[in-house]
Amino acid sequence: MPETIERVPIKLKVNGKSRAVSVEPRTLLVELLREGLDLTGTHVGCDTTYCGACTVLMNGAAVKSCTIYAVQADDAEIVTVEGLEIDGQLHPIQKAFGESYGLQCGYCTPGLLLSTYQLLSSNKQPNDKEIRKAIAGNTCRCTGYQNIFKAIRLAAQNTKGT
Amino acid sequence: MPMLGSSASTLPRPKPCLESYARSQAVKSNRRPNLSSKSAQSPPCSKIRDYPLAISTALYQGEPVAAIVAESPSLAEDAAELIQVEYESLEPVLDAEQALEDKSILHQEMGTNKVWNGVFEYGDVDKSFQEAAYVVHIDRLHFHRFSSTPLENNVVIAEWNPKDDHIYYSCNNSFPSFAIQFLAAHLTVHIDRIRVQTADIGGSFGIKITNYPQMAVCALASKKSGGRPIKWVETRSEHMTSSAHGNERTFRDTRVALDKDGVITAIASRHIDDCGAYPRYEPLGCVIWSQVFPGVYQFKNARIDFTQAVTNKCPVGPNRGYSRMQHLWFLERVVDICAHEIGIPADEMRLRNYIQPEEFPYTTPNGCVYDSGNYPKMLEIAKQLIGWDGWKKKQAELRKEGRLIGIGIGTTLDSGTNNFGQSQIVNPGAPFSGNSQGANCKLDIYGEVVVAVGSCPQGQGHETTAAQVVADVLSISPDLISVRTGFDTERNVHTGFSGTYASQFAVSGLSAVHGAAQKLKTEMKRLAAFVLETKEDDLEFSTGAQGPEVRANSTGKSINYWGLANIVNVNSAVLPPELHEITLNCRYIWRAPFKVPDKQKKYGNLTLTYASQLHIAVVEVDRETFIPKILDYVAVDDCGTVINPPIVEGQVYGATAHGIGAALLENCVYDAVGNMLTSTFSDYTPITALNMPTVRYGHIETPSPHSYSGAKGMGEGGAAPIHTISAALQDALFSNGIIIEDSFNNADTLFRAVVGREIYQADKLVKLDRRV
Ligand code: FES
Ligand code: FES
Repeated sequence: MPETIERVPIKLKVNGKSRAVSVEPRTLLVELLREGLDLTGTHVGCDTTYCGACTVLMNGAAVKSCTIYAVQADDAEIVTVEGLEIDGQLHPIQKAFGESYGLQCGYCTPGLLLSTYQLLSSNKQPNDKEIRKAIAGNTCRCTGYQNIFKAIRLAAQNTKGT
Repeated sequence: MPMLGSSASTLPRPKPCLESYARSQAVKSNRRPNLSSKSAQSPPCSKIRDYPLAISTALYQGEPVAAIVAESPSLAEDAAELIQVEYESLEPVLDAEQALEDKSILHQEMGTNKVWNGVFEYGDVDKSFQEAAYVVHIDRLHFHRFSSTPLENNVVIAEWNPKDDHIYYSCNNSFPSFAIQFLAAHLTVHIDRIRVQTADIGGSFGIKITNYPQMAVCALASKKSGGRPIKWVETRSEHMTSSAHGNERTFRDTRVALDKDGVITAIASRHIDDCGAYPRYEPLGCVIWSQVFPGVYQFKNARIDFTQAVTNKCPVGPNRGYSRMQHLWFLERVVDICAHEIGIPADEMRLRNYIQPEEFPYTTPNGCVYDSGNYPKMLEIAKQLIGWDGWKKKQAELRKEGRLIGIGIGTTLDSGTNNFGQSQIVNPGAPFSGNSQGANCKLDIYGEVVVAVGSCPQGQGHETTAAQVVADVLSISPDLISVRTGFDTERNVHTGFSGTYASQFAVSGLSAVHGAAQKLKTEMKRLAAFVLETKEDDLEFSTGAQGPEVRANSTGKSINYWGLANIVNVNSAVLPPELHEITLNCRYIWRAPFKVPDKQKKYGNLTLTYASQLHIAVVEVDRETFIPKILDYVAVDDCGTVINPPIVEGQVYGATAHGIGAALLENCVYDAVGNMLTSTFSDYTPITALNMPTVRYGHIETPSPHSYSGAKGMGEGGAAPIHTISAALQDALFSNGIIIEDSFNNADTLFRAVVGREIYQADKLVKLDRRV
């Protein structure tokens, strides 16, 4: 183990704000977001790219931030759950999750919201199979998924035409 | 904040040679906290020394042997890599039956691997077997080890203030009032010196009840650091290998007596429970199952010889459906196997054996009182929902094509609100009985209605339902009520049973809230009658132009909540002495109406409410791949009066997913030397949106006479899908000479059974003795 650990300067945009930070090469994106930038809405559930609690948008694509080094996000645009609300109002996807009882403990929810966001940005009216596939990488231990399916269908309805 | 990392043992039963490394610096004090407890455990297992970090011998893979405190998790991990432990491997004991041979003893101080043994016998078993028309023998059934693995791992922050020996915890333990009873004793601090706070918890399902060993290490590390807060965030692999698994159970030598109509008259069996390396919440599971002793069935005669053993595996914890699901699964297997052996359809067999609706409240052979229920009705609804006749027809057609389709029924119970007196059946000296919960309801200085409860919810909607209950009492909108949930010892609303576990908030939590709200209402009435110069029965609670208020019907005069709170809190000179006792700050402790059970006879009412679930699954076993696939699934639930329908429905779906995951995907697998092979989510494969079927939901309501609202606890769901899927697989494979012997099934087990003929062979497992 080296005596001093090298740090690498990176620049990225997080929820629309430019940030310049220096990180250890081994720092994961999720660690930077949670510990470095205090965006604790992004969660960690597994560390092995299974559960999707750490899902964020990186340049518009839903990625698992536990499986990406912070240095890989140099110059990237990141959206976390904190960046979803619009003018202080919950995003329609967030509202749909609330109205459909699409969450219980809520630990999986930030990741699911961002996976849903990505799904609906490319597919305005997903069918059930497409919904299941889009969130296959997001584990929820509480809801049994049924109300999450409902929430995504409702979100699709509410965001139609946006 | 300094972080705690731990170095865990990598071999089963390793013996650290470099003891000074293996011992934690944190616990190198004269007071090494031993987590076994005289009050929780009886001899011989009370002799076990259960340290939060292994002292000389580690007993399971993943058992922490050292703790490191660093400024960041990555530094702690670097430091952990510097620890070198040389292990000497001992003979591992991985099977509870093998453990009972006592060839290799885990805890020398206990002198045996047997944690507890007792015989639960009721009625006249021998006579029933003599008179039986049929006797069915089942050699072995096995309920596998799994965990509901909450998505958020365990987390603890501890701060031990050296000035006054006050310990502050912020953590996600889900039964903190239990944890502090262990911690105070073993950290030798006054219980009042420990403050525990929980905030939103990312799921528990009972698994987070037993994280107090890590709570102890964090506190000691904080003390050693001079009082700095120490944080421990469990990794998923730590969670999988060393937090808690559900109890594994083997059922041996089962004999079932039936009359000529297929009515079960007696069951005799030997049950061996595996509690892993340390009995922590155990041996409580040795009695908890008997809350549902006969399941939903009428038989009166039974002898169950129950033993629990330690093995070199992760300690168990009270996982959702704790100890009852194993037994209910066993009973459902028995019912299906007997039905098949004597040629009665599975639905008809159940109808002949169910406790009938007119028999409630029903006293079981061991003295439990089932409050209400209607199992035949639930079966009827479930059959309608799934389209039973249609599926039967289709099944017959598809079978002709050689397809392996099965339809299975699972009927199960979710017993809620424990009588902790049952702990005395396994430990006569245990100082526990009954059950209680606390709540506080007040008008704050500006008249806000604030409710605090001693629960620590994880998304079960306690805030919503508590607000509903208070709103009903005060006739105002639930939006006007602030609910303080999350446990906090300093709110002073907890009792020794407070927390969130064992399907009870709807009864214990809401009864406490209801009691506190009633108390507040009574005080408000007295005060309003004085202010409005009228009689109490002239008053009406409603909402007026100035918010929630109390109005005198006779005069139309009213006072709002601000006015009432103002008088009591900051304008008290207007109060006459006889009203000085009014505080508008009302604490209420609800106590369940239990008696201490008869320890010798193992007899008494062990639970207050019995929600029931009836599930039907249609499952196909692929002929090529042997992958089991659910084609259709319905879940019918009865939890008495429903307080909030979407919350109940959500709990049903969640519990159903846990059960389906457990039945088909989730299994804690150990290799022959005790390495856990499923120590990441990628190996353990929790159920995902892709393999969760669409569940069709139905429900009935049989109000409970045992709760003020008619509601029953229902959070655990009785693990209904495990029984249901086993039954469906059984139905698919009976004709292939297969007995579904295990609660966990995947392509591998089914292939080995059907093609390999290695396991599950009916001719080796089941024998029918026909006497008519
Ligand atoms: S924490 Fe990233 S996938 Fe689970
Ligand atoms: S709501 Fe708890 S994990 Fe999804």
